[in-house]
Amino acid sequence: MAEFRLPANSRIREGLTYDASTGDGPTRRFRIYRYDPDGGANPRMDTYIIDAANAGQMVLDALLKLKDEVDPTLTFRRSCREGVCGSCAMNINGVNTLACTQPLEEISGDVKVYPLPHLEVIKDLVPDLNHFYAQYAAIEPWIQTRTPTPPDRERLQSKEERAELDGLYECILCACCSTACPSYWWNGDRYLGPAALLQAYRWIADSRDEATGERLDALDDAYRLHRCHTILNCTATCPKGLNPGLAIAKIKRMIAEREL
Amino acid sequence: MQSSNRPLSPHLTIYRPQMTSLLSIAHRGSGVFLAVAAVLLVVWLTALAAGPQAFATVQGLLGSWLGLAVLAVITLALTYHFCNGIRHLVWDTGRALELPAVYRGGWLVIIGTPVLAAVIWGLGVLGYFGYLGGA
Repeated sequence: MAEFRLPANSRIREGLTYDASTGDGPTRRFRIYRYDPDGGANPRMDTYIIDAANAGQMVLDALLKLKDEVDPTLTFRRSCREGVCGSCAMNINGVNTLACTQPLEEISGDVKVYPLPHLEVIKDLVPDLNHFYAQYAAIEPWIQTRTPTPPDRERLQSKEERAELDGLYECILCACCSTACPSYWWNGDRYLGPAALLQAYRWIADSRDEATGERLDALDDAYRLHRCHTILNCTATCPKGLNPGLAIAKIKRMIAEREL
Repeated sequence: MQSSNRPLSPHLTIYRPQMTSLLSIAHRGSGVFLAVAAVLLVVWLTALAAGPQAFATVQGLLGSWLGLAVLAVITLALTYHFCNGIRHLVWDTGRALELPAVYRGGWLVIIGTPVLAAVIWGLGVLGYFGYLGGA
């Protein structure tokens, strides 16, 4: 059942203000969600003010700047800083995206940063993604075959068959889409969510995979697949420009067609 | 899903409202509203069956300004749910799911809803004044 209100321990309080601007030129204000697991206090919103000229190009640059020079306790995940690892997925000004590919200049006014929505927070901007990864494992993201492997070569694909995987294999599992989905917020314990379903379709669409029927059987469930109500926040938010909504629609259609 | 003392990150209150989610929740809302409004239809039909006096009372209520306003809102909910329902049916075939098509369809629904409602009321007004033939 949908629980719209945050639990008592999750309600956000006003936090500290760090003014690290030099008074020289325009400034940039960051409002950042903080949660310290030690001490048991509620999450808070801290405010950081730095010179705009020093903030850097992307939101991740600014976060690194704040951590290096203003507040070393500020905690977030990051790795590749070029949009291929998915570590720095967070909610920036109301939309989930990768901090490393979100230009600061596209944001007017305060830069508001929260962890990915409706997840348990481990610390600051670091949410617990164990359940998300377990759901990915649940769709069995590996090739499954019934026919014997050709003795002298790989299982080959035509160029057209390979092209079916474009827009699917590029997913970096950053969880932006799933945590943008209201259906996943309310039923994420049983609904697989757009990321896992896009990956499920990646294997269904693979010409070399021979477990399509079993894969569809496993998905054909009121919750696992059919909690998708085509809201399409997933497609609107994907930082890689992929289309989980379309992939889910294709799975639904395949399930409907085989009933005919 | 709260399994520890860890806080739940904020969701509904911080996620930016956008066409995708707003039209979706409006679809759900208009559907629920229409289900409730169907009671009004039952009241109207029951009054019809109960006799001329009861029917005249209900007709009088529905014909008042408040009654007409309620009927106008029901018409808008109906035309919205109808237009967006077609959008969903198209999606279910796997079409028009690329982002530009999603927004185009959304605007089509936003414009189509009042236009269709106006057509229904226009026909109603024309019929009321006897321009559509009949008595």
